Amino acid sequence: MSRDWIIPTVAALALLLLPAVLTPYTQDLVVKVAIYAVFALSLELLVGVTGLVSLGHAAFLGIGAYVTVLASGDSGGSIARVLPLAVLAAAAYAFFVGALSLRTKGVYFIMVTLAFAQMAYFVFHDTKIAGGSDGIFLYAKPTLGALDLDDKRQMYYVVIGTLIAVYALIALLIRARFGHTLAGIRVNEQRMRAAGYATYGYKLAAFVIAGALAGVAGFLLAIKDGAVNPELLSWHESGAVLLMLILGGIGSLRGAVIGAIAFTLLKELFQLEALLGPVAAHWQMTLGFTIIAFVALLPKGLIGLRARLVGARHG
Amino acid sequence: MAELLRATKLTRRFGGLTAVDGVTIGLHVGEVHAVIGTNGAGKSTLINMLSGELPASDGTIEFDGHDIGGWSQPRRARAGVGRSYQRTTIFPSFSVLENCRLSAQAALPRAWAVWESAQRCTRSLDAAHRALAAAGLADAATRPAGLLSHGGQRQLEIAMCLATNPRVLLLDEPLAGMGAEETSRMLALLAELKREHAVLLVEHDMDAVFRIADRITVMVNGAVIASDVPERIRTNPEVQVAYLGDEH
Repeated sequence: MSRDWIIPTVAALALLLLPAVLTPYTQDLVVKVAIYAVFALSLELLVGVTGLVSLGHAAFLGIGAYVTVLASGDSGGSIARVLPLAVLAAAAYAFFVGALSLRTKGVYFIMVTLAFAQMAYFVFHDTKIAGGSDGIFLYAKPTLGALDLDDKRQMYYVVIGTLIAVYALIALLIRARFGHTLAGIRVNEQRMRAAGYATYGYKLAAFVIAGALAGVAGFLLAIKDGAVNPELLSWHESGAVLLMLILGGIGSLRGAVIGAIAFTLLKELFQLEALLGPVAAHWQMTLGFTIIAFVALLPKGLIGLRARLVGARHG
Repeated sequence: MAELLRATKLTRRFGGLTAVDGVTIGLHVGEVHAVIGTNGAGKSTLINMLSGELPASDGTIEFDGHDIGGWSQPRRARAGVGRSYQRTTIFPSFSVLENCRLSAQAALPRAWAVWESAQRCTRSLDAAHRALAAAGLADAATRPAGLLSHGGQRQLEIAMCLATNPRVLLLDEPLAGMGAEETSRMLALLAELKREHAVLLVEHDMDAVFRIADRITVMVNGAVIASDVPERIRTNPEVQVAYLGDEH
């Protein structure tokens, strides 16, 4: 086991023991942060590993969430049916979007992914298939044997377990030949083609895996919130998850998790009326300025902070 | 030796400009076939068409009995058509070894073996080490590729091409920017490589070309004006007028 694994392992153990000391509010907050960490990790596979900046990643989160609610129906149903459906739906849309958008590059890719996400957004927003702009409630949560996601403690462990599993899965992918290929594509796609890699297929595979994992985050989010609405698919959400990566530091899985923590906590903080009074109503502004300050001071993200501090001590 | 790659009447038009105009060229194992010509003569465009980076407007390309004109670049590369680039296109942040290992991995099956660490993939590692040894970079394996000298990066460019286990080498100015000693070393490497490969060499360094080439094709404005053994190219009056100048 290399040293790289010590911090994530300790963090995972701490998270598993944490509920013993948490208040309901903080436990809920940890669950929220962990779900967004799963979402951010899924995008990191595209942005940080493969070098594909997608501005439409929320579409897959939203589709996963909507399918969770729709497939649960009035009676809940089995997780063994609902979860695969949610993930498959997200992956299927990712296949469709990826197959078309990966024919473009750079800023065109950003715009095309954004356009496809907006398309999905307006399907849920403007049609009656799932409550229109109001969204719909999840009347009964899906179950599996003794597992009851209505129980906050159980939900907590399911979410933390999922975060650990997704983190490990992406770490495994990066370490394998597949991940090395994606990294090569990020650095110099033309050279990879010259070596014999049909790069389109690799990029599409990464896109579908990322979409499927975002669908997992959507499944968890729908169950945690007990409701879904079209805003889940909006470009704000796609932008927010991209900001999490930037805030934490692109190019590292830990950065993605740290970015999700920082973004979600900062957002909670700036919405606290008790602390900020009337300014709390304008949390987007304070959050925006804070992120600009972070990016200006820490261009490599929070993950670069340690190197910065160590460097300062030696320099 | 038998002809391994043959392009017939290969043409590439960019709008109104004909960059490569009906070029016919054959590559044999055991031969270094040099293509010379002034800047803009169409040499790089020719390599780009042979490697599959650019589709040809006209003409055919045969490799080992297959018509590969419609094949994508990755497919041609996996079949054994390797190329190097005029501008160095290594992966600077990766180690020298990983540059070659990644190139070697392209041809391997089971790309989806996710449980297996790429750094323990022995087949690609072996191929990478062989390529580095052949290119004279065995000692630099663990260094970041971006920290190599210019000559070292040119050597790595060749090593990455070799790691894919090609049968045809399309080398675009491998000697560009190299000093005398590095040039000698590279020419020795090419002499070694031609024994098992068919080599196409695009190069500006005339001394080097006449030292190493078994056959020389001269291009002017996209068309071939002469193709022969070096001695006869040297004395060809048309070539002298068009390209070599009075000094030869």
